Amino acid sequence: MTDGKDLKHVNEDMRKLLARAAFGRGDFEDLFVVPVFAVVAALVLGALIMLATGVDLPTIGKSFVALAKGSAGSLNAVSETLTAAIPLVLAGLGLGLGFRAGLFNIGAEGQLLLGGTAAVIFTFTFPSLPFPILMLFGLLAGALVGAAYASIAGILKATTGAHEVISTIMLNLISFRLLEYLLRQPYIQREGRSDPVSKSVPEGGQLPRLLDWLDPNLRLHAGVFLMLLAVAFVWWLLFRSKIGFAFRASGANPDAARYAGMRSGLVIVAAMATAGALAGLAGAAQVQGVLGRASPGFSAQMGFDAIALALLGRSHPVGILFAGILFGGLEAGGRQMQVDAGVSIDLIGIIQALIIVFIAAPLLVRAIFPWGFRKMTKGGKS
Amino acid sequence: MDVELRGITKRFGSVVANDNVNMTIRGGEVLGLLGENGAGKSTMMNILSGLYAPDEGEILIDGKAVTFNGPGDGIEAGIGMVHQHFMLVPVFTVAENVVLGVEPTGRFGHLDLKKARAQVDEINKQYGLHVPANALIEDLPVGIQQRVEILKVLFREADVLILDEPTAVLTPQEVEEFFGIVNSLKEAGKAIVFITHKLHEILAISDRINVLRQGRITGEGDPKTLDEAKLAEMMVGRPVSFSVDKAPGTPGRAMLEMSDVIMLDDSDERLLDRVSLTVHSGEVVGIAGVQGNGQTELVEAITGLERVASGKITFDGEDITHASVRDRHRRGMAHIPEDRHRDGMISPFTIAENMVLNSYYEPAYARGMAIDWTAVQQTAAKYCLDFDVRTPSVFLPAGNLSGGNQQKMVVARELERQTKLVVASQPTRGLDVGSIEYIHARLIEARDEGDGVLIVSSELDEIMGLADRILVMFEGRIVAEFDNTDGKADRNAVGLAMAGAHEGAAA
Repeated sequence: MTDGKDLKHVNEDMRKLLARAAFGRGDFEDLFVVPVFAVVAALVLGALIMLATGVDLPTIGKSFVALAKGSAGSLNAVSETLTAAIPLVLAGLGLGLGFRAGLFNIGAEGQLLLGGTAAVIFTFTFPSLPFPILMLFGLLAGALVGAAYASIAGILKATTGAHEVISTIMLNLISFRLLEYLLRQPYIQREGRSDPVSKSVPEGGQLPRLLDWLDPNLRLHAGVFLMLLAVAFVWWLLFRSKIGFAFRASGANPDAARYAGMRSGLVIVAAMATAGALAGLAGAAQVQGVLGRASPGFSAQMGFDAIALALLGRSHPVGILFAGILFGGLEAGGRQMQVDAGVSIDLIGIIQALIIVFIAAPLLVRAIFPWGFRKMTKGGKS
Repeated sequence: MDVELRGITKRFGSVVANDNVNMTIRGGEVLGLLGENGAGKSTMMNILSGLYAPDEGEILIDGKAVTFNGPGDGIEAGIGMVHQHFMLVPVFTVAENVVLGVEPTGRFGHLDLKKARAQVDEINKQYGLHVPANALIEDLPVGIQQRVEILKVLFREADVLILDEPTAVLTPQEVEEFFGIVNSLKEAGKAIVFITHKLHEILAISDRINVLRQGRITGEGDPKTLDEAKLAEMMVGRPVSFSVDKAPGTPGRAMLEMSDVIMLDDSDERLLDRVSLTVHSGEVVGIAGVQGNGQTELVEAITGLERVASGKITFDGEDITHASVRDRHRRGMAHIPEDRHRDGMISPFTIAENMVLNSYYEPAYARGMAIDWTAVQQTAAKYCLDFDVRTPSVFLPAGNLSGGNQQKMVVARELERQTKLVVASQPTRGLDVGSIEYIHARLIEARDEGDGVLIVSSELDEIMGLADRILVMFEGRIVAEFDNTDGKADRNAVGLAMAGAHEGAAA
């Protein structure tokens, strides 16, 4: 800065350096165009698969109409979509946060199961507590147990280097059996039942339904606010907070993070615990808002779907919210598809998987839909 | 074979990487291509080898215009590139690597490795490469691995060889041998393009020199009539000083003291063997030594990245033997790491984020549990201006910067704070002269402000130029000490001590 004595000049330079790049065309393509085309491509391929399995064209048409109707076609459909999205988004946020910190946590399923079970046990243990308190404590119990369970994998990695993929998969298996064992304990098992089903969440512990004054069948519950709060919280945590900066730095370049004096063990345990808390919260929201009790496999694979969701949302809280709503819509619409067109619900699973494949391969999407994108600057072909 | 590039222009978005470049490459001649990092040398050569298509201009081979549609076309036409970063399969043998992709096959379409080995040996003999065809790549030293890359190109019958910064990874002795190989290739009629930013090398090996700056050819000439100063000026665009301008140091109180520090590896071998040293405020201490003699471990011990088994480390009078990395940093220790890509920065993070990588938690940037990003960005912009980090914006990923600017970013982050001790490990490795000059000046400035400065470098020139006192490390020990006030240390004696001859002690 030899000629920088001129203060006005310096200020001018500072301003230039601090000017944010406008939201570029490339960002727009990455964040919106690719996902939209991926969904379209997956739906088209889904139709081809139906065709190949002997479904005739009118039925395929009918099933897509049902998919649209069942996910967004009515108030009930929207309510179902959002209800399904709540636990998916909560668990997906935890996984996305883990990915940002460089942790590939496969254990959301187990954390979700145990968190949900903890919420059930807590709420029926203190049925006399008044409504908002019992509900909130139930959610808290779910979050704490989820965090504690995930921390096991975190502590193992921080102290012994055990890879979190292996340890969380094993912890999932343990949680499945642990849940069945717990559900048969006299204290937890519902009176008069021989199958493993827990007692019910008392009224005061439930997340209140939001729209039952319109129609008692609308299942949308207060968990939707919890979901939005969690999106905002995780965004703040990752992009604004000090610990979140350490999470992201450790995930992007663990060596540089260590050189910068960040404590990798602490980051690993804290990130796993936060992810587990969110998964536990997802389980608690599901039992306190929808199911009302715990039973074996009540998580219905949500902990695994959430992995796909977090990838689809590129580990960004807002992306995960949209991906969760998309998955919720596919689930709600898929049920309608089955009813209206008699198409197997498994097809929805296939479409979900196809969307992930297309999202994961943006170059493929660009190749299929060349007109949607600006020409790439690099690369040999022109 | 002669190759001519006419009016080549290549743009990436709004950046013009090559601007109307004309260049001729002739058989039996070494063309030296000189330029700073980011001057457009690599783009130029990627166009020549067919990896990029130029936006304007044409390539003529022996007078005939050609178009390349991919990297395969370049080699087809006889233009081969030896990349700076090797592209070899470590668990394959030399012969297997050389034939990879163009494997000789037997009658039944099976891989004929015997034939491959014979062909490799023939090329070996022809150019005096002396590469063992049956050795595994992972067992070979870097200098030999590089010859395997050259073998690969020759095997594909290239007449034009582009060598992209080939000496960056070589020891001085390997460079000598390498030049021998380049000369024998030249004598065999090959055209060589030798890309580098090291001035003395380009003068030693080239028959003709082209200098590239900001995408344009800014100088051409005969190495016999040019010298380093003229070349540097063409390259940077202004006169460059090679000797570091500095007054003698004024050593004050002891900033860093190590006594009998021992560090062990997993099998209890001593990586550091009873190392004792002192760095005073106001002096630059240089650690010389052939790489791998404990310098990395020394820096890790000082900065707290690795535990020491025994011994004591004090920093400005306080015992820090067991203090954490962050604690040492907070007390005023700056660390410019050896490998900036791996340890010094996070490429996908913005420049602003990288500027506070180790100070983000400090009150200046804190708003409760959150980081005050506006404050961070303003600080980063100021650092960029102060340390001449050339970037259009602090919001760009640090990985987008050129090597020199990345290093300036790291240096800015470390030196802009209140520091007492600067530990700089290979602070100018892989940088161009302009950046080297700048970073050296900043390190001396830190010394003049009363910091203790410890510089570890495998470039003896750098140590000789910067240090007030030189310590030589050999096999984990400090084996010699030289007073280098006014550069009076005996270069040969230092070199001998580096090689393990211990006579030079306490000069």
